[in-house]
Amino acid sequence: MRNTWKMVYCQRSLVRAWLAAAAAAMMLGHSSLAAQAPSADWILGQVDGTRTSGNKIILSEMIIHGRRGSRSVRAKSWIQGVERSFSEYLDPPREKGTKMLKLAGQLWIYSPATDRTILISGHLLRQSVMGSDLSYEDMMEDPVLANSYEAGLAGEESVLERPCWKLELTAQKSEVSYPRRMLWVDKERFVVLKEERFAKSGKLLKTAEVKSVRRMQGRWIPDRVVFRDVLLNGQGTEFNIESIEFDASIPEYVFSKASLRK
Amino acid sequence: MIKFLIKGLVRDRSRSLFPLLTVAIGVFLTVVFYCWMQGIVGDMLQTTARFEAGHVKVMSRAYAREADQIPNDLALLGAGKLLDELRRDHPSLTWTSRIRFGGLLDVPDEKGETKAQAPVAGLAVDLLSHSSSEPGILNLAGGLVRGRLPRQRGEILVSDDLAGRLGLELGGTVTLIGSSMYGSLITANFTLAGTIRFGVQAIDRGMMVADLEDVRLALDMQDAAGEVLGFLHGGFYDDVQAGRLAGAFNALPRKADDPFSPVMETLRQQSGLGDMVDMMNTVVGALVAIFVLAMCVVLWNAGLMGNIRRYGEIGVRLAMGEAKGRVYRSMIAESLILGFIGSLIGTALGLVLAYVLQANGINFGSLFEKATLLMSTSMRARVTPVSFVIGFVPGLLATAAGASIAGLGLFKRQTSRLLKELEA
Repeated sequence: MRNTWKMVYCQRSLVRAWLAAAAAAMMLGHSSLAAQAPSADWILGQVDGTRTSGNKIILSEMIIHGRRGSRSVRAKSWIQGVERSFSEYLDPPREKGTKMLKLAGQLWIYSPATDRTILISGHLLRQSVMGSDLSYEDMMEDPVLANSYEAGLAGEESVLERPCWKLELTAQKSEVSYPRRMLWVDKERFVVLKEERFAKSGKLLKTAEVKSVRRMQGRWIPDRVVFRDVLLNGQGTEFNIESIEFDASIPEYVFSKASLRK
Repeated sequence: MIKFLIKGLVRDRSRSLFPLLTVAIGVFLTVVFYCWMQGIVGDMLQTTARFEAGHVKVMSRAYAREADQIPNDLALLGAGKLLDELRRDHPSLTWTSRIRFGGLLDVPDEKGETKAQAPVAGLAVDLLSHSSSEPGILNLAGGLVRGRLPRQRGEILVSDDLAGRLGLELGGTVTLIGSSMYGSLITANFTLAGTIRFGVQAIDRGMMVADLEDVRLALDMQDAAGEVLGFLHGGFYDDVQAGRLAGAFNALPRKADDPFSPVMETLRQQSGLGDMVDMMNTVVGALVAIFVLAMCVVLWNAGLMGNIRRYGEIGVRLAMGEAKGRVYRSMIAESLILGFIGSLIGTALGLVLAYVLQANGINFGSLFEKATLLMSTSMRARVTPVSFVIGFVPGLLATAAGASIAGLGLFKRQTSRLLKELEA
């Protein structure tokens, strides 16, 4: 069975055939679908496929619900593959001009107020990004989950009224931030609609809940996600994608330290 | 009678010297030990008050619940108005706003890249106002090692140890990397005006002192303060006065469910400090009690030894018809005289040493290298009114008690056997 699915993974035509079969099975009933469930590794591969793409330029807004009220931060990001990204904050005025550069395993932040470029490393990685529920560590993790985790199918549930595969991911590397994760993956679109991230002790650390999914340039994109750091006991951070441009042309100099000061 | 006894004691030094020395040494040690322990506890309270707790502290209720974590996101807003109100309503205290913060101190090289970096504990106080009491409370001028106190915005003091580790030069720029009130990563540049040593290892390891307005700007805390500290005039903590003040402040009508309404806590109420001080006082009390008890045993033994040595003399006195009660009373009177003189000498010498230790202290810096307690590395004694009697009274009473117990043997001696004993 496992070999069969590996073959399917390699041949796109067969994938389409499986999707058709799966759709038919959905119509026939839940139990029959469970019997034909694809392997967790294959589902994770599909998830990684939807999460990562070539070049893209994203205009986003973070609404941070803190203990003393909410505030929003807008940013523009240039992303190339999974290893290179450059972000510039546009709003609020206090954060305007702050830039971040991620190159492979390193992250620099530039503050116009001090004209300093600081390498974010060590415990600074655990700092919150602009006071949100996301940390720099979260930004630095390998977006290809299959590189770091082994997946297991933990069942099926419905999220946002969409049938989902429930995947349990167990870390294969010791350096990952979350040794265990639970993903709820849309069966049809392979978009993660809900996620829980756990510590080694089993304590729930962070959650992510997709509030809406939009089709943009032929791809399904979760354009409104609420991240919550459970330990902060706050209302969470809403991450909204205002616009996204796939396969964008991004000059090479953008991903250099010199561009931080420009 | 007393004159007669004193004459006897002076002429027969073997009868008076050893008990006198015993009493004097015991009282001396008791006085020094008590003053030393008082100094340590008092120093800990004083240091904690100066750097952390004040004699009373006003915080938001939410901040107070997590005060150990210094949650600046829960700081008091409208701190200026609150400070004015406190100064108006409680003029008997010195009030001051502070922000405590943590972060990394980053030293740039000529290209602006990180040359050195170290964690730092920050204290933002009013450094630049002419009326500011902070330089005096923190004794900044006294602790200055290099450079000068900040005179203009953007200047800071850094602990001398940290400045040495980072290779900081006076006038050089350092960048603070920390968190804003809203949790964002912030960077702020400062100029090093001077280096300082407070004599408290936990602080001297890595401390920066900056002006309150600079830190408000850096941490996005306009008109906010983590804490408003109040110091009683005279500089000494008075738990009754502080408790009364806090009780009155907290009784003012406020929104009960507002986590950001202000609340006042006394020095003892903060971080379980009261329990620790109570425990230390109990330990000090127990140690002094054990010491006094041991002294009683020693003096009792001295009394016994003296009586055994004076067996013949007492026998003669009894044989000559002196009443047992009279002999017993004269022995107690002798011991009281010895106790009085010994206690006087011991107390005087103990107080002299205690005053010397109060003025100079002994540096135990090497023992506190990894300490997190807010205690001065230079430990000093503290002379209090109790110091004058803590050794004197037990010295006097223990001598008398020793003689009383030892003298009880008198009443067991039978007059019929006295001649035989004398012949032997």
